[in-house]
Amino acid sequence: MATQTPAQLERRLVPPDGPILPDVVRSEFTKFRSVRSTYATLAAAFVAAAALGPVQCALYAARYPNVDAEEKADFSAAHLSLNGIQLAQLAIGVLGVLLISSEYTTGMIRATLAAVPQRRTVLAAKAFVFTIVTLIVSEIACFIAFFASQAFLSPKHLNAHLSDPGVLRAVVGGGLYLAVLGLTALALGTVIRHSAGAIATLFGLLFVLPGIASALPRATRDAVNQYLPSNAGQQIFALRIDPHTLQPWAGLGVFCIYAAIALTAAAILLRRRDA
Amino acid sequence: MIEIRNLTKRFGDVVAVDDVSFDVVPGRVTGFLGPNGSGKSTTMRMIMGLDWPTSGTVTVNGRPYGQHRRPLFEVGAMLDANAIHGGRTAYNHLLCLAQSNGIPRDRVDEVIERVGLVSVAHKRAGGFSLGMSQRLGIAGAMLGDPGVMLFDEPVNGLDPEGIRWIRNLLRSFAAEGRTILVSSHLMSEIALTADHLVVIGRGRLIADVSVGDFIEQSTQNFVRVRSPQIEELAQAVIAGGGTTWPDADGALAISGLPIDAVGDLARDAGIALHELSPQLATLEEAFMELTRDSVEFHAHAVPASTPGAIKEGA
Ligand SMILES: Nc1ncnc2c1ncn2[C@@H]1O[C@H](COP(=O)(O)OP(=O)(O)OP(=O)(O)O)[C@@H](O)[C@H]1O
Ligand SMILES: [Mg+2]
Repeated sequence: MATQTPAQLERRLVPPDGPILPDVVRSEFTKFRSVRSTYATLAAAFVAAAALGPVQCALYAARYPNVDAEEKADFSAAHLSLNGIQLAQLAIGVLGVLLISSEYTTGMIRATLAAVPQRRTVLAAKAFVFTIVTLIVSEIACFIAFFASQAFLSPKHLNAHLSDPGVLRAVVGGGLYLAVLGLTALALGTVIRHSAGAIATLFGLLFVLPGIASALPRATRDAVNQYLPSNAGQQIFALRIDPHTLQPWAGLGVFCIYAAIALTAAAILLRRRDA
Repeated sequence: MIEIRNLTKRFGDVVAVDDVSFDVVPGRVTGFLGPNGSGKSTTMRMIMGLDWPTSGTVTVNGRPYGQHRRPLFEVGAMLDANAIHGGRTAYNHLLCLAQSNGIPRDRVDEVIERVGLVSVAHKRAGGFSLGMSQRLGIAGAMLGDPGVMLFDEPVNGLDPEGIRWIRNLLRSFAAEGRTILVSSHLMSEIALTADHLVVIGRGRLIADVSVGDFIEQSTQNFVRVRSPQIEELAQAVIAGGGTTWPDADGALAISGLPIDAVGDLARDAGIALHELSPQLATLEEAFMELTRDSVEFHAHAVPASTPGAIKEGA
């Protein structure tokens, strides 16, 4: 049997020319749209971001006659309308992690990387698809939240306008914050490779770190706090810049640096480790 | 064509693959055989560019796997049939793989048809039986119509019908001129499918032979006889150039003489024979003999005082 002459293989499929990135993006989009967790988490994020602020604004307008002077001074119509971001970020974070950690937990990652051994291209395509979708969903949700909230506030003349100082930046910035947060989650999922571990790490960085920092001596805390990921990132939709906080775009810049560090680590580890 | 040269892989202290070299050539099914934990899957992952070798090289069609730009046109593999996202439909699973390499959509329908999954193509893969998952895995390997195909334990857990289907499929792939590497830890399974054997044990290459040569070299063929005059027969056989040793139930085992010659010898010496039968060691026995020293996890006798102490070595 060893001496048989092999038949010449007839090839019927011919590989296309051209760059692979568009193909990989198409593939990642198919993956993204073909599992339920995508719709569940995106819907949760959308509802949270779009509806929570308006509900809070409606409640505020209803009890406005009884609101004390201190609370009135603190009130910002635009900021309260975007309060749903606090909840939406949980869903976006989970989605970002799952996007890659689910490939590790199911073993799909091996099929993925066998099909595309250019591993950084896979990460880039995932990041691209996810960022575009999150950005669109988040921006729409933030604008809905803003306008719906103002509709509830306008009978009491409490409403803000997009043309007010900083308001447009804050509404647009809410979507940017969620998109960058999602990218960080994707990077952490790639580095940690376990869904629960990556989600816990992400939320630890966002919510637990500020708590730990509050135990520091005052001077150190004031210096450090503003650079923590969530504090820095959320400045982009803040409408009152307190002492010891970063300017909006500087804050978002710092948040982007964290995302970039995480993505760089993800790219290096993805390439270096066994699949 | 797959070329493996001095391939070594360590996981911490464990040497999973130890300085292994062999080629897998087109036009035949190469069986990749070894006991559990001998390094078959690790070798296959290195071929596919998934695990990085500690040292040594492996190329597919002349290039390291990672240098293929659209590798599904060159190589198809089914390493683990269960390694799919259960929430995705079979169709979408194959579609995302196809799209990543620029393989047209029609081809997805084509391979679904070829493996017989048309009726469940739009069902979520999480609900598939093992047999259906294997078919889906094979469909994925076929997507780019590749010249090189790898299958890691493709018939594990399948029913006889499924085993026969895969066996015929692999043989037809090889007949079309493809390079086929298929792993198994059961000799009996692979002997019917493969033309060539690569055997490893404890990460080391033990044999790289054709199935025919393997059977010839490693099976101990002998003739078994029973006779009331067994002593006289033994002497006659030794005088005739044969070798003898006692077999079970007071029978005599004879090698070095063809069975006809043993019969003639007995007649010439006037010895009555109650049994004259050819004996073939099974392939399974030959394989176990070959890998006896390299089995990773021998079954241990469990002391009666420690019930429930049976442990898998892994
Ligand atoms: N990712 C890993 N980390 C640590 N050790 C590993 C890893 N993968 C494999 N090993 C070890 O390497 C050795 C070879 O494993 P491998 O899975 O390649 O064997 P195999 O021949 O495929 O076995 P089986 O027939 O059971 O599938 C085993 O000792 C295994 O425990
Ligand atoms: Mg294995």
